Amino acid sequence: MIELRDVCKRLGERQVLDHMSFRVPKGMNFVLMGPSGCGKSVTLKHVIGILRPDSGSVQVDDQDVQSMDRAQLMALRKRMGYLFQNGALINWLTVAENVALPLREHARVSKSELQQRVHEVLGLVGMDHAATQYPPAISGGMKLRTGLARALVTNPEYVLYDEPNAGLDPIISKQIHELIVEVRDRLGVTGLIVTHSRACATQCGDRIGIIENGRLGIEGSVAEILASDNPLARSFLDGGTD
Amino acid sequence: MNPSATVGRIVGTRAQDAGFVVDLLLRTVAASPKLVRRVRFTLDMAFNAGVRSLPVTLVVAAFAGAILAMQTGIELRRFGDTAVLGTITALSMCREMGPFITGVILAATVGSAMAAELGTMQVSDEVAALEVMSVDPVDYLVLPRVVALAVMCPTLTVLSNLIGIWGGSVIAEHNLGVSPDLYWISAREALTSSGTMLPKEVYVGLLKAFVFGVAIATVSCASGLRAGGGALGVGLAVQTAVRNSVILIIVLGFIVTWFFYFLAG
Repeated sequence: MIELRDVCKRLGERQVLDHMSFRVPKGMNFVLMGPSGCGKSVTLKHVIGILRPDSGSVQVDDQDVQSMDRAQLMALRKRMGYLFQNGALINWLTVAENVALPLREHARVSKSELQQRVHEVLGLVGMDHAATQYPPAISGGMKLRTGLARALVTNPEYVLYDEPNAGLDPIISKQIHELIVEVRDRLGVTGLIVTHSRACATQCGDRIGIIENGRLGIEGSVAEILASDNPLARSFLDGGTD
Repeated sequence: MNPSATVGRIVGTRAQDAGFVVDLLLRTVAASPKLVRRVRFTLDMAFNAGVRSLPVTLVVAAFAGAILAMQTGIELRRFGDTAVLGTITALSMCREMGPFITGVILAATVGSAMAAELGTMQVSDEVAALEVMSVDPVDYLVLPRVVALAVMCPTLTVLSNLIGIWGGSVIAEHNLGVSPDLYWISAREALTSSGTMLPKEVYVGLLKAFVFGVAIATVSCASGLRAGGGALGVGLAVQTAVRNSVILIIVLGFIVTWFFYFLAG
């Protein structure tokens, strides 16, 4: 389980997170919504230990992330995948080499096992046909799918999704959403998704939290949020992008 | 605007930048046992650095040697002492000019490219992606680049020295009337007079080149890793990398010369 308790974070002059609290139970997709710059990505970076809170606590499976040393953080990150907005693929590696990177660096697997695993996850995200291509030669949607394959290749317990459909057309977005749901259902992976897309939130999420002034203004199941007449929920769901 | 506060802020920022570079260098040294896993990437880097800068290094070195011989020869001819032209050109190239020229060219060609590559990776979250995969960016990105330049800078310096001395010989023969035999014999004697296999003039120059290679790569990688703010930030990182590398080449060159010729005798 991922749990944030009263997390505060100031970046420069701005109080980005102000007593942010929520929990993500295992096997669930939790969606964090909010306008650009409200602290969604900052929240994800706290969970994976890239940023440390000024106060409050971030826990993953009852372990304090903020007090972990480098070795402990590395161990935690091996149990997590992270999908960046644009995939964040290494440009001089092929699609298959990008996906193989975490295994090559950490896992003691034979070359054939590695190829097998890479083939498996590329198949899962529908990218097996492009395994030998380089990132500059593939589309934004393919980059995201490759990024998702890389996040899944180590069999993580958690995947953090940072704007998984940013800049994608509705058809490709829907494919990505279906993949996120499939990852939860088939692999039992717990997901923390940040987005400002209504479609992403409602199609991928089990629970939705909407950020207001650095903390969750409202939280509930997808059905509860959709039925809510809370002005914050309505402003996002009625005005949210697809 | 308070002038003292502005000066204080600038000094603080510069101190932070310097601290980051020193920290990066120490972390790179600490990561050096992992080099065995990066041999192929390091060789690629070294090959690219060599190929990218070899033509321009050779052209500049040839002209630098020619200019050196020309300027020195004009004065020596007034005293009828052009016989030492080979000595002066060889020593100047090996001690100072060769490493300096090579360093500046590497900073402008390879260092700028390193800052741009790492800067682009930084602003497009690729460095963060490495971190979340528990891949240390220092070990994966910086170490191969530092080692590549630490090897290639002395290698290119040897070529620079030879081409520079050759450039001087062309001027000595055609413009100053010094026989090629006399020029090359005096050059060789100057570099081998100590009787050791690697004369001081050569090894101090190569040591300088090694130091320059490490400094250029570290400063360039540090600038790239601190880039922020999209394309503009990458541009600034490249500018900072080249500027700081050139300043460091001059300052470190002075320190090494001072140490070996004045402090250690």
